[in-house]
Amino acid sequence: MTAPTISATARDQREKPSPADGRPAPAGKFRTVLHHRAGRKLLPLAVAVLVLLPLGAALWGGGGWPAAQTVDVSGPLDDANDWVLDNRDTHPLFLYFLLHLSNSATSAVDAVYAGLAQLGWVGVTAGAVLLAWRAGGLGRSGLKVAATALAAFAVCGALGMWDPTLMTIALMIVAVAAASLVGVVLGLAAGLSDRFDRILRPVLDTMQVLPAFAYLLPFVLVFGTGTPAALLCTVIYAAPPMARLTALGMRGADAGVLEAATSLGSNGWQRLRTARLPLARKEMLLGLNQTIMMALSMVVIAALVGAGGLGEEVYSALSTVDVGKALAAGIPIVLIAIWLDRTTAAAGDRIGDSASSAAPSGRGRFLHGRWAWALVAAGTVAAAVAGRLAGARLWPEAWTYGISTPVNKAQEWITENLSSGVPVLGGTEVWSQNFTLWVLNPLHDGLTWLPWWALLLLVAGVAWLVGTWGTALTATLAMAGIGVLGVWDKSLNTLSQVLAALVVTLVIGFAVGIMAARARRFERVVRPVLDAMQTMPQFVYLIPVVALFGVTRASAIIAAVVYALPAVIRITTQGLREVDPAAMEASRSLGAGSRQQLLQVQLPLARPALQLAVNQGVVLVLAVVVVGGLVGGGALGYDVVKGLSRGEMGIGMTAGAAIVCLGLVLDRLTQPAKARARKGA
Amino acid sequence: MNRTQLTRTTAARAAIASSAVLGLLALSGCGAAETGRSTEAGGTKTVSLTVPSWVGAQANVAVASYLLKKEMGYTVKSQQMGEVLAWDALSKGDIDAIMEDWGHPKEEKQYVENKKTVVKGGDLGVTGHIGWFVPKYYADKHPDVTDWKNLNKYAKDFATVESGGKGQILEGSPDYVTYDEALIKNLKLNLKPKFAGSEASQITAIRKYAKEKKPFLTYWWNPQWLNNEIEMVEVKLPEYKEGCDADLKKIACAYPNTPLQKFFNKDFAKDGGDAATFLKNFKWTTDQQNDVALMIADQKLSPEAAAEKWVKANESTWKAWIPKK
Repeated sequence: MTAPTISATARDQREKPSPADGRPAPAGKFRTVLHHRAGRKLLPLAVAVLVLLPLGAALWGGGGWPAAQTVDVSGPLDDANDWVLDNRDTHPLFLYFLLHLSNSATSAVDAVYAGLAQLGWVGVTAGAVLLAWRAGGLGRSGLKVAATALAAFAVCGALGMWDPTLMTIALMIVAVAAASLVGVVLGLAAGLSDRFDRILRPVLDTMQVLPAFAYLLPFVLVFGTGTPAALLCTVIYAAPPMARLTALGMRGADAGVLEAATSLGSNGWQRLRTARLPLARKEMLLGLNQTIMMALSMVVIAALVGAGGLGEEVYSALSTVDVGKALAAGIPIVLIAIWLDRTTAAAGDRIGDSASSAAPSGRGRFLHGRWAWALVAAGTVAAAVAGRLAGARLWPEAWTYGISTPVNKAQEWITENLSSGVPVLGGTEVWSQNFTLWVLNPLHDGLTWLPWWALLLLVAGVAWLVGTWGTALTATLAMAGIGVLGVWDKSLNTLSQVLAALVVTLVIGFAVGIMAARARRFERVVRPVLDAMQTMPQFVYLIPVVALFGVTRASAIIAAVVYALPAVIRITTQGLREVDPAAMEASRSLGAGSRQQLLQVQLPLARPALQLAVNQGVVLVLAVVVVGGLVGGGALGYDVVKGLSRGEMGIGMTAGAAIVCLGLVLDRLTQPAKARARKGA
Repeated sequence: MNRTQLTRTTAARAAIASSAVLGLLALSGCGAAETGRSTEAGGTKTVSLTVPSWVGAQANVAVASYLLKKEMGYTVKSQQMGEVLAWDALSKGDIDAIMEDWGHPKEEKQYVENKKTVVKGGDLGVTGHIGWFVPKYYADKHPDVTDWKNLNKYAKDFATVESGGKGQILEGSPDYVTYDEALIKNLKLNLKPKFAGSEASQITAIRKYAKEKKPFLTYWWNPQWLNNEIEMVEVKLPEYKEGCDADLKKIACAYPNTPLQKFFNKDFAKDGGDAATFLKNFKWTTDQQNDVALMIADQKLSPEAAAEKWVKANESTWKAWIPKK
């Protein structure tokens, strides 16, 4: 995928000094400043600790969060739950507003699905291929993207998943359209108004960190199970990247161009339409790409509330513990992701090209703009008609291949041979046990051993060291919020798992990232694996993970590592690659060996990228805490699942809110200080 | 997934698609929207059933849908969802029937007694039983483990790195009815529940233990297709007596035997015609359900194929369910 997640790209871009600043990248100098600043902070911090520690011990003693200082929010939440149940058939809010929303959502998805089904498999495949080709420029350059699309659809059909794939695509089309619209509107407002931007940012952060499982339930209560709830949850989860990148594009508009537009007498609306929006096209396309990826990652979760499609196939495979069948439904999701990613990325590249190069050549003119779209449409219709005449609407049964049995056999063989009794290495189960005994248990015990006020102090101190007073305040308040919600112990359990997962992710991620940055061939091999790791629904690999590592917290950690690793590897590789070649050259001419070069030049210079990788690791690990709850992670993740499946909003939302608080704390503790400083400035 | 009936005219549908997306945003508030969708949507006879996550209940739905489609000419829509969500959908009329319910007193009170949107549909014929189980290979070696009083003696055998020195009892999906935490406390057992979080994880873990012939203690139930693959023996808890589960905090007795129940949407029960009568008549034995479940879970047949196979072999059973013309 082009970019791991939105926050990565957005922060990445936010951080890069824009050319207008005219400042050189201040990496080296910055480091000394930080050291200096950190050094200056250490002394007051030590004094504060010396004063506060005995004070805290005297006032509150040890132990977990005091029960007297909790607020039980589950009562009011459960009341709200009951109110909705009693009133949703009669109250005007439902009759005149929400039900319209629900009914139009259902009919939109049904209509798109019916349209796709009418096109037949020939028409849909032709349409997808032509669209990809069009995005790639309709020339020879676009052929590779078109081939990707063709292969993706052929495999979906061959796996016997044609109909669920169509259903999922229909849901995606409507969800992405709605999410992009919402995103663009929010992004425009945030791009034009500083105040709105400040209000919007924490909202977007929450939308992304709050586990979708937690807010599925309110939507189900209001809309019932089925398409509307699934659609709206997907929109909520997928809209933030579009909003962020649109705002970024608006803000990044060249001041000179805007000035010129003003001096030519255009008013605000005209400036927006003719200057700002076209200039932001590239960011907005990246936003669309990210929105699509986020929406696709909701496919399986949406199926929990009756969205149907590929997600439902994954679920029904899980109930018979059929890994092969789950994989057969998971692969199309990965392929749809790859098809759409390559297509939107190709379109994005062309925007960059056309901006730099002059007018298209003579032949190219015919293949641009409206003509090209007409060609795509005509081709699709022609293929659909041809397909209908040949009498083929559903994917031919004879062309499908069941992969379930061989995959299950392979899975069994692997788990049997790797889980224990491996000479020297010991096997996965032994690792899992040792990891739990020597890393996870001590970490958890340590966190619960710390008195609650000491933990708050620790958070405040670290946040202050890496950031500002504001950072420390937010982090401490978020940590205290967890206590007030009354889920202190469970949160510490989750926190210990998140920290352990983070360490594993970073160790592996940095190692692989460094290798990939230094060996191009290795990177080319790793890339498709990373793509699959990131887009494959976690539900597909739950069973093999449990078979290898047992129902343990270690399994939950493995699931998190698999999900977070690709982003960390990518950011590390990219960061190392972007190190100034002049600095590398200089060090080589001074006689530095390969190892010295890496340790003393490349890594220090890539420090901002590595910090970003840490931050992204945290966010992504937290995003799959809920999935961990499904394989024995327990704690907050389990509570969120429990809230949804038992229909108890109190439990689910409280745990969800606690996860958001943990996210806030960890984000503030790991956010690259430079971004913070710029934000504060 | 059966959505082929939706395929109608292309152009008109495409137009609706675009206008509907706009409508989603514009949200004209010109009139009250329709609440629940009726069962006779589109003029065709449609029945909607919920497909629960466990295989036994999928067997009910598979056989019922097969007969409704092939013998009675209905269109059947089936939707996968959690148990409590299914109750809610049943009340709204999004689905017409729940074919297997293991007891949800809270929902039953809310929807059957208070809102009166759901009615009872009678026994399924299958009796469900929840309990604590150990594998047979372990019980053979230590016969006295099957009495709860001896569990503390064997707790160390069930200990894992996760259970902090206590014996581990494996728990399943949060969906399922359990009060093991209270039981452990009230019976003063040296056990700690480990929540697998999903049935798939629990089954995988049990299979893993069984393959290595390791001892384990698990929350488990019958009928369950895995019981045919891995033999398990129940640990006897203090006997269940009427009312001993009234206060869940003080509970100290076994789980009851539950005759599994069917529930219908009120309107469907009244106006559902032959389909409603058929589903009311639908009643089979634990063994029959297990046959179909095994075909789905063990032989990896699709639910439709399994249902077809069973229907062909058991005509006398299902003939009685279909209402006489």
